[in-house]
Amino acid sequence: MSLIIAENLTKIYTMGEIEVEALKSVSFGIEPASFISFIGPSGSGKTTLLNLIGCLDKPTSGTLKVADINTSDLTRKEAAAFRGKNLGFIFQDFNLIPVLTVYENVEYPLLIVQNVPAEERKSRVISLLKTVGMIDQKNKYPDQISGGQKQRVAVARALVTNPRLVLADEPTANLDSKTAFMVIDIMRQMKEEFGVTFIFSTHDQKIVSEVETFYPLQDGTLISRTQEKGGRHA
Amino acid sequence: MLKLFKIAVRNLSRYKRRTLLTSSLIAIGVMFVLVFIAASGSFKYIMISQITDSMLGHLQVHKRGYVASIDSLPLTLNLSEKAEKKLEKTMEDIPEIEAFSPRVKFGGMFSNFIETTNIRVNGVYPEKEIATVPLFLSRIKQGEKHIKEGEILIPELLANGLKVKVGDTVVVIATNRDGSVNGKQFVINGIIESVTGPGGRDGYMHIKDATEILRMDEMEISEVAVRLKDFGKLNAVSNRLDEILSKELNKQGKPIFDVRTWEKLSPFYNIARMIDVMTFFIKLMLIAMVLVSIMNVMIMAVFERIREIGTISAIGTMPKKILSLFLIEGFSLGVLGAVVGNILAIGIVFLLNLVKITFNFGRQSGLVLSPSLNTGDILWISAIVIIVSVAAALQPAFKASRMEPVEALRHV
Repeated sequence: MSLIIAENLTKIYTMGEIEVEALKSVSFGIEPASFISFIGPSGSGKTTLLNLIGCLDKPTSGTLKVADINTSDLTRKEAAAFRGKNLGFIFQDFNLIPVLTVYENVEYPLLIVQNVPAEERKSRVISLLKTVGMIDQKNKYPDQISGGQKQRVAVARALVTNPRLVLADEPTANLDSKTAFMVIDIMRQMKEEFGVTFIFSTHDQKIVSEVETFYPLQDGTLISRTQEKGGRHA
Repeated sequence: MLKLFKIAVRNLSRYKRRTLLTSSLIAIGVMFVLVFIAASGSFKYIMISQITDSMLGHLQVHKRGYVASIDSLPLTLNLSEKAEKKLEKTMEDIPEIEAFSPRVKFGGMFSNFIETTNIRVNGVYPEKEIATVPLFLSRIKQGEKHIKEGEILIPELLANGLKVKVGDTVVVIATNRDGSVNGKQFVINGIIESVTGPGGRDGYMHIKDATEILRMDEMEISEVAVRLKDFGKLNAVSNRLDEILSKELNKQGKPIFDVRTWEKLSPFYNIARMIDVMTFFIKLMLIAMVLVSIMNVMIMAVFERIREIGTISAIGTMPKKILSLFLIEGFSLGVLGAVVGNILAIGIVFLLNLVKITFNFGRQSGLVLSPSLNTGDILWISAIVIIVSVAAALQPAFKASRMEPVEALRHV
């Protein structure tokens, strides 16, 4: 059974009197435990699509089911609860909370969003920080670590709630190639270990070679059928 | 909630200078308001004490209609002996009343055998008067601090004007209620300091001398001054006394007695009310100051952290928690300002008490200002500041909680 089913998804932004069609009748399905990328140049609709899948935005028309939930029907509160329970996010600019330490950033979703008991919280945070190789840096603040380290922390934060789906918008855009591959490796490792579906957007062809499946987008349209790729580790 | 507090406090410490400036502004406001309340409260307390404890009593009972004509001290509106006995009995049954002093008041002529002028006199039972207005003796500036039969205490203005002194013999002449004139010789046994307010420039003599001059066949009383054990129960006791006495009716079926608190007898009450009005407006200024400064800081905080709000919203933080986070920041700023302001105010009030500031009021000089802060004022002002701080943070917090995560994440 598909984790995500999108049918004729259309998103139109209105800017003053101008209407911009960011997504044009896009349809696709994504299976659980996939490692997928939407690729395309700037303005192709990657981020818009991720925002829709992540319940951060609503389509203008079409239907989108994520984990059997029609996300178009969710209210603000329901959408927040859905995100907190089912989704993890990784951002291009890492978006760590600057006043929290590495440990506290990873702990945040368990503490504030899911109200997980202290003991369990601690073991999950420590375990993930070990997995992403950031346990030694756990007491540092985001401004005391490198970009690659920040993104590893962001990966840990996205996974700490045991989500079914992690959405990463251009997760490697602000990283050098070596670090970018390292982060992708960690994400793939997490996917293997936890069976989580990873969907990320990128315009970097080198990163595309790392994914199992990618969906090319151009001007808001899926321009070809889903292409299966093995990646370095296939 | 504790974790939200921790995050809120860390967010405040992110902009140390701004947090420090805002909380300093609130602290200074709180300090000024508390010091003003302490100083004006002390001024009010001293004035009220001077008026009630040296002359007026906490409340007074007259025959109905007497107060309206009080300037002419009408002997025809005195309470009869029977009515006065009833009044005494009633007051003895009220445990909150500490003491009372019946007075015979009249206007007369005062002569030193060379010059003559007018005088207003209170005939009193010395022990009862001292028990009711304990500062009375402290007003006697020259001579002996007592009132004996055949002796008179005269106000200092009169003594200066007629150039009489303690030990001199003088004559007091008065017209009684039937219109006949009588006089009596007295020895001046003391010069009494004037105080501001009604009766503040009256002379004093023993009540027996007053009844003798006025040729009263039976004791008639112009007023009864009353002292309470607890001044804070003034209105309660006054109302109770009024309720009991209102049942005593004259032949026309109207109440005999008229109970009035000091507030309705002294013009200083209007000054006291003005002080209260000023205090109220100063509190309003504090509220405005806190409101503007906290709102400004919180609007800035929300504006600067739009992407961060988008991030925490995206990872599933419920809108009410985002609202709480910003409200707690406003609350914490308010608490910080209030606590520091309270500490500063307590320090300044302590210093003012060490310095001992003196002031004059009317003819009274050298009154020492003794400001004091009570817990109620501290808690009340702190509560106002904290509530206003939270209220000021409400709009920015609400804005943050209603922010669309997708737009917030897009913000540069």
